[in-house]
Amino acid sequence: MGLLSDPSRRKVLTGLLTRLNTPICIVCYLAGIVWFMGLAFEPFTLRTYMSENAMGSTMVEERFSSGERALSLAKEFDAHKRKAGGMPVEWLVKAMQSRGLEVFTQSFSRKLPFPDENKERYMVRGTNVYGILRAPRAPRTEALVITAPCSPGNTNNQAVALLLALAQYFRNQIYWAKDIIFLVNEHDLIGTQAWLEGYHHTNITGMEYSPLQGRAGSIQAALSLELSSDVITSLDLVLEGLNGQLPNLDLANLFYAFCQKLGVLCTIQGKLQRNDWDTAEGYTHAAQTMMLMVLKQACGRSWGDHGLFLRYHIEAASVRGINSFRHYKTDATTIGRLLEGMVRKLNNLLERLHQSYFFYLLPSLSRFVSIGYYMPAFGLLAVILLLRALDLWVHLGAPALAPSCHCFSVSLQPSSPGVLTVLTPVVISHLTGVALYLLPVHLQEMAVEHFPVSETEAVVLTAIAIYTAGLALPHNTQRYTHRLILMQFILRYMFTLLKLTALLYLAVLLGCTALINFSLGFILAVTLVPITASITPHMPKALYALVMVLLSPAFTILYCVFIYQELIEAPVSVSEGWMLFLSVISQGILDHALYGSLVYPLLALFIYPCWLMFWNILFWN
Amino acid sequence: MAAHRCGLSLVFILIFSSLACHSSCDSLENANEDTEEKQSVSDTPREVNSDGSIAAEDLNERRGRSTDAELDRRDGTRTSEALTPAAAARDEFQEELVIRPLHSGDIYASFQFRTLWDTDFLQEGQKVSHYRLFPKSLGQVLSKFSVRELHISFTQGFWRTMQWGQPFIPSPPGAELWVWFHDTVSDVDGNWKELTNVLSGIFCASLNFIDLTNTVQPSASFKPLGLGNATDHRFLRYATLPREIVCTENLTPWKKLLPCGSKAGLAVLLKSEKLFHSSFHSQAVHIRPVCQDEQCTSKAWELRQTLNVVFDLYTAGQGKKEWSLFKMFSRTLTEACPLATSSKVYVDITDNPEGELFELSPATPLLSQAVVLGDRRTYSVFDLTRAETFGQLRSLNLLLRWKGDGGEMLRPLLHAERYVAGFGLQTGEIHTVIYNNHPYRAFPVLLMDSVPWYLQLYIHTLTVTSKSRDNKPSYIHYQPAKDRHRPHLLEMLIQLPPHSMTEVTVQFERALLKWTEYTPDPNHGFYVGSSVVSALVPSMVAMNTNFTQDQPLFSSFVPVKEESSYFVRVYTEPLLVNLPTPDFSMPYNVICLTCTVVAVGYGSFYNLLTRTFQVDEPSLPLAKRLANLIRRIRGVPLLT
Repeated sequence: MGLLSDPSRRKVLTGLLTRLNTPICIVCYLAGIVWFMGLAFEPFTLRTYMSENAMGSTMVEERFSSGERALSLAKEFDAHKRKAGGMPVEWLVKAMQSRGLEVFTQSFSRKLPFPDENKERYMVRGTNVYGILRAPRAPRTEALVITAPCSPGNTNNQAVALLLALAQYFRNQIYWAKDIIFLVNEHDLIGTQAWLEGYHHTNITGMEYSPLQGRAGSIQAALSLELSSDVITSLDLVLEGLNGQLPNLDLANLFYAFCQKLGVLCTIQGKLQRNDWDTAEGYTHAAQTMMLMVLKQACGRSWGDHGLFLRYHIEAASVRGINSFRHYKTDATTIGRLLEGMVRKLNNLLERLHQSYFFYLLPSLSRFVSIGYYMPAFGLLAVILLLRALDLWVHLGAPALAPSCHCFSVSLQPSSPGVLTVLTPVVISHLTGVALYLLPVHLQEMAVEHFPVSETEAVVLTAIAIYTAGLALPHNTQRYTHRLILMQFILRYMFTLLKLTALLYLAVLLGCTALINFSLGFILAVTLVPITASITPHMPKALYALVMVLLSPAFTILYCVFIYQELIEAPVSVSEGWMLFLSVISQGILDHALYGSLVYPLLALFIYPCWLMFWNILFWN
Repeated sequence: MAAHRCGLSLVFILIFSSLACHSSCDSLENANEDTEEKQSVSDTPREVNSDGSIAAEDLNERRGRSTDAELDRRDGTRTSEALTPAAAARDEFQEELVIRPLHSGDIYASFQFRTLWDTDFLQEGQKVSHYRLFPKSLGQVLSKFSVRELHISFTQGFWRTMQWGQPFIPSPPGAELWVWFHDTVSDVDGNWKELTNVLSGIFCASLNFIDLTNTVQPSASFKPLGLGNATDHRFLRYATLPREIVCTENLTPWKKLLPCGSKAGLAVLLKSEKLFHSSFHSQAVHIRPVCQDEQCTSKAWELRQTLNVVFDLYTAGQGKKEWSLFKMFSRTLTEACPLATSSKVYVDITDNPEGELFELSPATPLLSQAVVLGDRRTYSVFDLTRAETFGQLRSLNLLLRWKGDGGEMLRPLLHAERYVAGFGLQTGEIHTVIYNNHPYRAFPVLLMDSVPWYLQLYIHTLTVTSKSRDNKPSYIHYQPAKDRHRPHLLEMLIQLPPHSMTEVTVQFERALLKWTEYTPDPNHGFYVGSSVVSALVPSMVAMNTNFTQDQPLFSSFVPVKEESSYFVRVYTEPLLVNLPTPDFSMPYNVICLTCTVVAVGYGSFYNLLTRTFQVDEPSLPLAKRLANLIRRIRGVPLLT
């Protein structure tokens, strides 16, 4: 503070910062990237440990033994599913009732804003069936949820069957302290969403559903089960939820502990753990796992049924059985035991899971990076924006005053027209953003009428069209501003002011995003920061325009699609990638409409307009 | 016979020792005298010593005599009762067990023990030191705190009305205590506080956590059940502790209040390892003044101890749909409590008139009909005071074997449930849903809600809707909460349309507590007690309004005023609400951070703010200063 109150020393400091601004920024950027990549290096990460006392030392004994019965039940379920041509509601109700559960159903319907071509659905109508195991001598205040989606076709029969077998086994035990809800939901996430909204009596997404008849108090934790084969080779844990929310790390620890105990191979992001961290392959493997997590988290969608629970402060994870062609196989009994153990430990909880981390990245299941370790990587990127802003601020303050003194009429109050002119591009870019957010869904009917495309294509193509049309806007603003201000130096002053505003705006945006969803914030920062920090009107327009477009939010999504495909070892060609990119956009819009995912509005309403402001600067004349 | 007596005397010494636990020797002597008087069978007056052992001998003898009397009774002559003169103190003890097989395959067992204490409680200033069957610990409490009526229940579990029907005596999860004080009490709150602390000691429960922040005075929901029509609710206190966990430590003191302890009679079945291996467990103590006889010439204290338990078919294991006393309690019955005037086991066979649903063995020819909860029920009666009840094996092990499926149960006419809607830690909404399943009759219910102050109710958002139409309550009594002093109390009289669902909603905001006010496990959440729905439900059959002694205990608890309806109280589930909770594991970090910020930031800012800045003018050369001095004297403008 003494540094700031002393004018001469302050002058030295600002001088240093402005003189060395560019080198410092470059160093910061490189340091941020290196820091981030270093997070996957095992010596820099922490080993996971169970924080929750109630789940730690008290190892429970697993006695579930009816895995074979579950498999025969799966065949029965499959037969009934085929006969019913969807979810066999009556059969499920009977099956749950005969196992001594209180059974309820909930019907729901939802009209999608436009047809979902990936899952081929538009008007969705379905029924959720759930049975409540009432814990003996418990006052219906707490509950656990086990859910298995009833998927079309051949998939997930084993999950539903295992759920029923577990229900039967659990019903005969006396030790439950929390009610257990067994939920079989139709239409995967839409069913879960309807059930959760019904349970909490809210309506945030415009779903139509019948009210729930049976409840069991506040839900403490939830497990979602996905199994499609009789034997599996490994279990995959899925944690990424809606808007990049993650469950408490203790849930992952719990899963890992039981996999270790029962000798089940467990993966995260479909990647096994490796022990050779000191080799290049080992590091690459960990980095790939972490990058996959970052990409999945950044896209803000729910990667399993569990993802929607997180909004309601219910810790949840999906357990997915994977059957690859390894020799080591695990049977249904062992999976049942694993779930039994997990549920029993969750049943022992005295408080909600809160002891461990909520913000973390996992390079492997046994290693984690906490928020304290990964935030500096983002901080190093964000500080570039602030440094540039400081630099501009200093320039704006000192040399700009000199010419304005000689100037007569306009310069008396240089700030008042300045604010106005800055406001114009800001407002115009935001209006473009609003158009990008609203028009694709609302104009689909018109687009379908006039062009030979389907509704989904119409929505995606309209979005891309508006996005591109936004690039043409700077000429408009330029002409608009030309009439107001003629003098060159004022113009220069204006662009500095606009850039300062835009830099600070972007810094705030990215900062807030990174706090909620680190991955999204970081990915946007990596692509947006270099170009936004360096952009001025005095650059070769064509070259820089190309660079800016290549580093725009839409292209970031495209790169992410390719990187993701590369990381899951399913590389795609350019045309396939383009198709994937289109479907990602439509999924993003759908996720927003169906479950309230915030990535699409964030990109359309804030990040894209902010980027447009920089685009304006490039074409500032 | 002699050997038999010898064995019994051993048992009785045990009984005596348990009696001695809670009644002093002094009172016991009196008790002995009374019994002698009562059963004066041409015996020489006996000198009673204060010595315990002789008293025990006495008891043995008395026991022998009572066995004789029992034998007589078995002969059907009922000599002992005929010979009993109208004594001044006619204390009485009855015990009863009702077994109701439930449609779900579970089984409901309800114990009731009723002790009548014939003493004139209305006369003030009379020191009562005369205890026979009535536990002294409770008697002293009654007189010391001028209690008119006391109801306390400890419940572990939630009564599932939709599967089990209505219980005989309902109770909310956790502990519930409501007390009517005499209208002579001046400091009701003080008495209440002391009373809860004393009861906390007697029942080994955390009743001492009852304070003004969870006590309410309901204006209409809790009327006295005994004699006298007190209506001034200033003398009523009601509190629940929804979090209270009930276990063996609460059962033991409860059993000690029984005249026979758990040594003889029905109470031998009360083994905690089985009682707490169940779906539902509830024990209660109800004390109230009642009429001694039909004419109501004299009054007496009635102590009713009830214990309700529901055993679960599935967790009992073995997969067989079959219940027996041994399977339920791991004991069988061998005798009645010798001090009891009546000791009976009832088995509800209403749904099983022809024996097609389940098979009951041993069969009993004794049948009894009772009108209970608006329904006429038929019961098989096993009278434990009769020898043939026990059969050849000298033990009674009722066996209930299900033959077919339980079938569908009639939906209970009144049913209520409650839940918290919404998410996030700022606001929420309490939904109370009340079902009237009567096909054509509407009836009013009294809904009582007591909500802790840390849920700040927005009472303007209160809505009552039935059949999607606004339902205006005819009576609303609302007492707003005072932070840290008093809970919200909301009482409403709502008319339930026939065959309808009525939803009462009110929004609330979650308060941020002071950091010392959080419980040690704040992330568990905070409990909101059950809301209480009290109603006079239209009865299917004519209710029995005349008060007779012969009625089974379970059907005579709540006085019936009119034939057409019966009183039901339904408790909803308690709520578990999460309040905004700071991260208590981080105080060290927080302290470090704040201290740093304060030290660095505050110091510098204070410095900046208080210092006055001046433009440092270069000092003038000496010649100029001198010139200025001269100029000032001359009055000419100064040089700069």
